[in-house]
Amino acid sequence: MPGNDRSVDTVVREVCAACGRDPTRMLDIVRGVQRRLGWVPEEAVDRIAAETGAPRAEVAGVVSFYAFFADRPQGRIVIRLCEDVIDKLHGAERVAEALVEELGVGFDETTPDGLFTLAWTPCIGMSDQAPAALVDDVVITRLSRDRARQMVRELRGHGDPHRLVRTWGDGNNAHPLVRAMVENNIRHAGPVVLDGFERGRALEHALRMSPIEVIREIKIARLRGRGGAGFPTGMKWEFTRAAPGERKVVICNADEGEPGTFKDRVILTERADLMLEGLTVAAYAIGADEGIVYLRGEYAYLLALLEDAIERRRRDGLLGRRILGRDGFDFDIRVQLGAGAYMCGEETGLIASCEGRRGDAKNRPPFPAQQGYLGRPTSVNNVETLCCAARIVERGAGWFAGFGTKDSTGTKLFSVSGDCRRPGVYELPFGTTLGELLERAGADDIGAVQVGGPSGRMVGRDALERRLSFEDLPTGGSVMVFDTSRDPLWIVDEFMRFFVEESCGFCTPCRVGNVVMHDAVRKVRAGQASAADVERLRALAGTVRTASRCGLGQTSPNPVLSSLDAFPERWRRELRPARRDDLLPTFDPRAALRAAELLAGRSSTVFPPGEEDAR
Amino acid sequence: MSGTVTITVDGREIETREGRTILQACDEAGVWIPRLCAHPELSVYGSCRVCTCLVDGRAAAACVQPVRHGMVVESDSERVNELRRTIVELLFVEGNHFCMVCEKSGDCELQALAYRLGITHPRFAYMFPERPVDAGHPDLMLDHDRCVMCGRCVRAAAELDGKPELGFLGRGIHRRVGADGGAGLAGTALRGDDRVATICPTGALLRKRVGYRTPYGRRRFDHAPIGSAAAAGDGEER
Ligand SMILES: Cc1cc2nc3c(=O)[nH]c(=O)nc-3n(C[C@H](O)[C@H](O)[C@H](O)COP(=O)(O)O)c2cc1C
Ligand code: SF4
Ligand code: SF4
Ligand code: FES
Ligand code: FES
Repeated sequence: MPGNDRSVDTVVREVCAACGRDPTRMLDIVRGVQRRLGWVPEEAVDRIAAETGAPRAEVAGVVSFYAFFADRPQGRIVIRLCEDVIDKLHGAERVAEALVEELGVGFDETTPDGLFTLAWTPCIGMSDQAPAALVDDVVITRLSRDRARQMVRELRGHGDPHRLVRTWGDGNNAHPLVRAMVENNIRHAGPVVLDGFERGRALEHALRMSPIEVIREIKIARLRGRGGAGFPTGMKWEFTRAAPGERKVVICNADEGEPGTFKDRVILTERADLMLEGLTVAAYAIGADEGIVYLRGEYAYLLALLEDAIERRRRDGLLGRRILGRDGFDFDIRVQLGAGAYMCGEETGLIASCEGRRGDAKNRPPFPAQQGYLGRPTSVNNVETLCCAARIVERGAGWFAGFGTKDSTGTKLFSVSGDCRRPGVYELPFGTTLGELLERAGADDIGAVQVGGPSGRMVGRDALERRLSFEDLPTGGSVMVFDTSRDPLWIVDEFMRFFVEESCGFCTPCRVGNVVMHDAVRKVRAGQASAADVERLRALAGTVRTASRCGLGQTSPNPVLSSLDAFPERWRRELRPARRDDLLPTFDPRAALRAAELLAGRSSTVFPPGEEDAR
Repeated sequence: MSGTVTITVDGREIETREGRTILQACDEAGVWIPRLCAHPELSVYGSCRVCTCLVDGRAAAACVQPVRHGMVVESDSERVNELRRTIVELLFVEGNHFCMVCEKSGDCELQALAYRLGITHPRFAYMFPERPVDAGHPDLMLDHDRCVMCGRCVRAAAELDGKPELGFLGRGIHRRVGADGGAGLAGTALRGDDRVATICPTGALLRKRVGYRTPYGRRRFDHAPIGSAAAAGDGEER
């Protein structure tokens, strides 16, 4: 939709004015400017800085941080093909070839007519209907070569990505505000999150209790965060409530960036009200007057639905001033759209992003509960966690704790994808075994399973009896299945590339260490590594895990470390034996001498040709 | 914020005050912890991780972590120094550091740390990135090849010189210091006599025409390793 008919100056002025010239709204401003101009030229950066009073260096820093912002001209339509492993095992590379052929340009390039830019993007949360792509904000699922070609031809004709969607998915995917071809793929609806919900019920229950009692109820239910780390939610709320500060903030983390996770997508589509109610209950318990839903840019297609749900709640007195008539309970919610950065799922990166800044992680301490969004005590909670909280208040802590295990109460939404017949969302009690889940999903041939996404762990068949829970095999939701034909080392290679691309680069171990680890994995795969290389890799992985500043770097070595644990034989098979002549086993003197021999016009006397090197 | 607390660093008891970081407490007590991004005139940052210690058995950056009474810190041990060695090696392979032709040699904190930690060569392959030099400013020069992303310049310009004109661009391994939003140093109001001109620990951000005033052989780290002055109780080193 970009048109260059308006001057940069006018566009920036209008967009900034619509955002109150507020530098904390920088993501919305940059997005707005890009929508109108097609990209963000330097002149626009200047003008944004002038309008908002933010330093120019900071504006440029933001534009360069997010994958969805362009500091170079790009096509009028941007096609981003999901490059996740799951998409690749469903043929994303063949789709890529077709796109390249049809468009006549490669990835990260723009067609000469300025119509298309082609790019790869990490998991867009559609692993259950892969291969998938984003065409601007429009999600296209189940791509094939032919469909990809057809898509490009059509777009050349009408230029409107929305018209590519002819059939709508189930449930709210067909809602007039969504109209997406996305399928929910709810394979099993459990009693907690995916059960039916009547708007306002949980909040009514909450208001019959004092805020302290609400927190106590959450604690009795032993609710733990569903976003990955598993921190006790009641404690988090209590800290935030107790922290000194006039104004407090609750944030819903709907960034869902961990590859292979798509359960929050389904909750946002079908149970947005339950999540919003959970956020409002959290606000009541904590004493917050401000709420933010941080929605990943990939889910922009759900923005209108979400904003509509918020607006209805305002109309019904469930948001705004004097909620349900309670004096002093004032609370409202805004949605902050992300712009393509896994890092912004990490809570301090997320807060920075909400403040209109780069998604670099922040130092801890101070923790968000002490000083978060704009220095205010802030509680960041996952979408599913908030749904659970609302249910606990509605139906009681005892009821909730009746599901699951001692240390992992309640149910969990698992997103299963990969080599299985029934990929999708399964809401099952914590403590369900991995084998049971995979049986339900129709995974008959199991080689490796990635539990918890790239930052989780890779396990083999011997883990099928293990229980999905915080105390045994934890996952934020992602469960990727790979059959016996898939190479674990290929998976590790792909995951390490993901971390290299997504590291914010603030700290040394994560910024540089991931690149070195990825190179080492590729060296192994190329058959050029020895046991010593792997030991060095293992040691480096330990250092990155220990010394990184945030969760991204602290978990990025996991593909290497867990696959070394689960598939040591697979690693060993690729290794070169040590050499008898004490040279590095990866050093091929004959190959190294070749160029010099050619130049000199004679052969080496130390390593004469024909003589096999003395390994 | 003025309560007295005692922490133990490598077996030695240090008395300090609440609100201090481990690094500050150790500096005041003459116990040196290696560091790169931390600087006494600048806000806390925590990017290089060279100051990593084991605090009650868990890794933490000494320049970020506030002291707590009874805290036990392990700093100058083989396993901690091995961690630091790896980090410093990563910084070397990430950039292009040709010390023999670098005007900062002998005065460079990165080089000095490498010597002090006993690094003779990195165990990882050099990345040889291509990074252009920004030499357009009359009095300053930014050689990105030698940048370790410590952010000292970014903070000094904003916090000490009141000119928030430096910032980071890009992310991950593509991260780089951007002056004037990327246009270059020449477009900024930064001057050769600003504090930022001499804040860089390496030879990345340099003042022009002064590089060889102190000849090789008579520079800060030519005679005693980095950290010696602090440990000898001569106060702040730098
Ligand atoms: C790199 C990284 C990415 C993350 N992405 C997400 C995410 O997309 N969604 C999420 O809920 N939590 C994510 N987290 C975890 C959050 O930092 C945080 O722990 C969580 O949102 C807290 O909510 P919870 O207690 O309800 O789980 C991520 C963490 C890291 C280190
Ligand atoms: S900046 Fe320091 S480490 Fe880098 S080349 Fe110069 S002297 Fe050597
Ligand atoms: S230029 Fe120097 S001070 Fe600035 S970030 Fe790079 S190494 Fe640090
Ligand atoms: S950049 Fe995030 S952990 Fe280092
Ligand atoms: S000195 Fe502490 S992280 Fe750099």
